Amino acid sequence: MGLRTPLYDSHAAAGARMVDFGGWDMPVNYGSQIEEHRAVRRDAGMFDVSHMCVVDLRGPRVREFLRRLLANDVAKLAERGKALYSCMLREHGGVIDDLIVYFMNDEWFRMVVNAGTREKDLEWIRDQAGGFQVSVEPRFDLAMIAVQGPNARQKAATVLDPAIAAPALELGVFFGLAEGHWFVGRTGYTGEDGFEIMLPTQDAPQFWQRLKDAGIALCGLGARDTLRLEAGMNLYGNDMDETTSPLVSGLGWTIAWDPQDRDFIGRAALAAQKAAGVPHKLVGLVVEDRAVLRSHQKVLVAGVGEGEVTSGTFSPTLERSIGLARVPQQTADSCEVEIRGRLLPARVVRPPFVRNGKATIVL
Amino acid sequence: MSQVPAELRYLKSHEWARLENDGTITIGISDHAQQSLGDLVFVEAPEAGRRVRAGESCAVVESVKAASDVYSPVSGEVVAGNADLGGQPELINSDPYGAGWIMRIRPDDKTQFAAMMDAKAYEAALAAETH
Repeated sequence: MGLRTPLYDSHAAAGARMVDFGGWDMPVNYGSQIEEHRAVRRDAGMFDVSHMCVVDLRGPRVREFLRRLLANDVAKLAERGKALYSCMLREHGGVIDDLIVYFMNDEWFRMVVNAGTREKDLEWIRDQAGGFQVSVEPRFDLAMIAVQGPNARQKAATVLDPAIAAPALELGVFFGLAEGHWFVGRTGYTGEDGFEIMLPTQDAPQFWQRLKDAGIALCGLGARDTLRLEAGMNLYGNDMDETTSPLVSGLGWTIAWDPQDRDFIGRAALAAQKAAGVPHKLVGLVVEDRAVLRSHQKVLVAGVGEGEVTSGTFSPTLERSIGLARVPQQTADSCEVEIRGRLLPARVVRPPFVRNGKATIVL
Repeated sequence: MSQVPAELRYLKSHEWARLENDGTITIGISDHAQQSLGDLVFVEAPEAGRRVRAGESCAVVESVKAASDVYSPVSGEVVAGNADLGGQPELINSDPYGAGWIMRIRPDDKTQFAAMMDAKAYEAALAAETH
């Protein structure tokens, strides 16, 4: 038996098909993954993401600590509640995890890290935090529910405590607010507007039911994966890990090189890679044939070299297969992918594939 | 729980087969198989006239999650592939034992069909697989 979120019984009662995900028993779908996907693109859907780990970092030097720990720069966070997406790197430049960090106040930042990397993340963060007198507190007492889709915020607001609902509806994109033990962030992993709501575990089953009663569709990890891939968002463990740097993972934009004297962990290694020339890049692929891109399929670029699909799926919005692939830097606008023994042509595009319900690539 | 109609025969690899009045055998994938695969997005059914051997992969069903081969339980000649699946692969999800049939084969002999698992044996195999 795997780890269970506080919503495990709710999923079972709803007839979810459960799978193991990073040691957790999680719902992959509640019926049709494609219908769940469409609910998020067209209306509103919700995901139990309580397996992800909320970590509170506190101390007078917490900002200084995070400027050392993360490849992106929390100095960009000037307004309270503002969030930042960043990689956390080893000294050699490999990605330990990707995460979101919220600036709560001068002595408190809140981080959300992946489920499968939780233990090593906490160990790493604690090891680095020592010299900064920063306390590192994983919030195992919090559940997390993502509500996503064009109508998600409005629908969720009808069942949130009015004291939270009103300011939550005023949140700017990539901002969050805390109210008592609750927290609402205008963030997500689908390419749609929405909230990620953290709440005490004991309140989660009832709140989940109220969101359902408000007309928000139950969505599993299957739809979460097709949605994030359409949105061109990386999945840790698929598209990057400790053996790959952000520079070969489509995450160069998350590295804050300025100011030049900020000595974040991994900086020297990344600078050396950049100076030597980055050999690979992460690109989007689209296949027109009736075949589906999957992780680890081989990519062939004529006259250039080989690469590999890191994530692939069937895109319900575009009704064809899409994927992310790590390919040689010189790759232009086409390649071939070996799919079940056949070499099929693929178009190289720049992700995202879909944002706010609409295709963002030429079909 | 998935449905296992009593009147059909099964393979461990989750194909079902039905002996028709004209002696042909209709083949598809079980309810359990479609549930495991999730939403089907592409189906490659074989064309009429193709010769197949028992145990040979002669169709491919691909879902959001994975691609899977469909094996023929019998040797013989394909008399029809389900053309409707080209535009509506989801028929396999909604009606795996009816409109979601995949191919019809005229068997060379009837013993291969008779050797397939009955519903009880298939249910036992499913139970063993999930425990």
